[in-house]
Amino acid sequence: MNATAPATAAPRDAEAPPLVQVDSLSVRFGSQEVLRDITIDLAAGETLVVLGESGCGKTVLLKAMIGLVRPSAGDVLFEGRSLSQMSDRQLAHLRTHYGFVFQGAALFDSLTIEENVAFPLREHTRLPATEVRGIVASLIDEVGLPRSVLVKKPVELSGGMRKRAGLARALALEPTVVLYDEPTTGLDPIMTDVINELILRVRRSTVTSVVVTHDMNTARKVGDRVIMLYPLFRLRPGEPQIVFDGTLAELDRSPDPRVRQFVEGRAGTRLMELQEEQARANDSAAHDEEELA
Amino acid sequence: MATAPSPSVGITGWLASQVANLGDTAIAAVAGIGDVSVFAFRTLGWIFARRQRRDVLIPCFYQIGVMSLPVVALTGLFIGMVLAVQSYGQFKALGLETRLGSVINLSLVRELGPVLAATMLAGRVGSAMAAELGTMRVTEQIDALESIGANPIYYLVVPRFLGCLILIPSLTVMADFMGVLGGYFYSHVLLGIDYHHYWNNSRQYVDVFDFLTGVFKSLFFGGAIALVSCHHGFHCDKGAEGVGRAATNAFVHSFVMILVLDLFLGIWLNNVHDFFRPEGPRRLL
Repeated sequence: MNATAPATAAPRDAEAPPLVQVDSLSVRFGSQEVLRDITIDLAAGETLVVLGESGCGKTVLLKAMIGLVRPSAGDVLFEGRSLSQMSDRQLAHLRTHYGFVFQGAALFDSLTIEENVAFPLREHTRLPATEVRGIVASLIDEVGLPRSVLVKKPVELSGGMRKRAGLARALALEPTVVLYDEPTTGLDPIMTDVINELILRVRRSTVTSVVVTHDMNTARKVGDRVIMLYPLFRLRPGEPQIVFDGTLAELDRSPDPRVRQFVEGRAGTRLMELQEEQARANDSAAHDEEELA
Repeated sequence: MATAPSPSVGITGWLASQVANLGDTAIAAVAGIGDVSVFAFRTLGWIFARRQRRDVLIPCFYQIGVMSLPVVALTGLFIGMVLAVQSYGQFKALGLETRLGSVINLSLVRELGPVLAATMLAGRVGSAMAAELGTMRVTEQIDALESIGANPIYYLVVPRFLGCLILIPSLTVMADFMGVLGGYFYSHVLLGIDYHHYWNNSRQYVDVFDFLTGVFKSLFFGGAIALVSCHHGFHCDKGAEGVGRAATNAFVHSFVMILVLDLFLGIWLNNVHDFFRPEGPRRLL
């Protein structure tokens, strides 16, 4: 847990070592710093919801947890092993313990749904083709898709169906940790609840989950523990980027105005700030033009 | 773009900023070359590290080889005819129109066949590869591959690299053949040049080495097209604009690479020819 977080984390077995540790993680793309000094301990079987407004680095944090984004400082540890010290081969093996549900499902366009879901099994196991087909069919049943989708290409499916197919692919290798990147974004309320129910179903099978979302309904339904990230450019120097770390009940009671604003979905002074930013950008552009002239 | 110094900055400041810009460009160029080189070495490493799956290779080869055949054949045919059209007047003025075959066929097998086949491949296949991989990057499909524990270079780049490398010699031979056919058709059927003299002169001047030179060069062209195009796709910027830019740059940079490689390989192969065959040309036909 982040030592500087303003709230207490969800109660869990203090004896058990954390399954995933994010240790003072910072990520920078060129001159742009996205994450700064993030520390999170994730216990086995826990469902952590990562909240935050767009652009605060939620997806980058998720990708850093699986080694898709290399940290500029700090580290991520899985069962005590450092990801940054792993070779490509070790990292590839580690990823078989993870399932990643992407925001847009990220199914391979050129493959059918059956080939997509079977891909991890074909890559990492030597199971006979008939057995692979059986596992794929059961996964498709599990996420509530009709078997007729197996022969279809991703482009022929609706957004909700693609997300469920993406979840089926993520579960193919029976992962220990499942990472969800905005799993309900762009879905209607019913399909959103279907996805939430599927996340709960996956959680019941003692899978550890990290759900990145800005949907409070999803957070309330699936989360054991919630952390909230704040965009770095809105923070004052020295302020921690994790502005909340605690249970859902604690989230509702949080006195932090930044947390309250997000939970209650209020624009506050944000529109005014955006207009000021725009005015500053326009002034800067005009100044540059004058200099050029 | 260089701009005039403003009074507030002063000439020294302006000069410093121009030098800094030049430095940035040079650093970016060196970093770019280094990046492509690392990408190329990783691709070569994966060719030998693990055997490719047939169900991945065959569709790739089909797209690169079979689907490119018509356009390459058509290009070769027309270039052969155009060479006849453009050269005929000059040769007729000298009374050497029967030598038309030698100049057409020599130009085709040494330069135009391989370069045009490669250019068509860069335009048809290189841009498509960059756009496809760019779309995969933008829609997180490449991240998805990595998250599954599969290597994107092994799955996406190696099949395309092998496809270009293995199939471009066949496409070059097809371009050569159709060009020779086109040149002969125009010279003999339309310009009425005697076929015996046409072929006899071709035989005299076109060497096996000339033919092999073209095919050998095409291997480098194919490899360069695949690497440059896949690299652009892999490092595509976000959005439709990024994908479009990747596709355009893939073609432009592949074409530049083809021309640069053609020059240096041409010089080197001429030296090789002179070293091994000081006695002169051998008959091809």
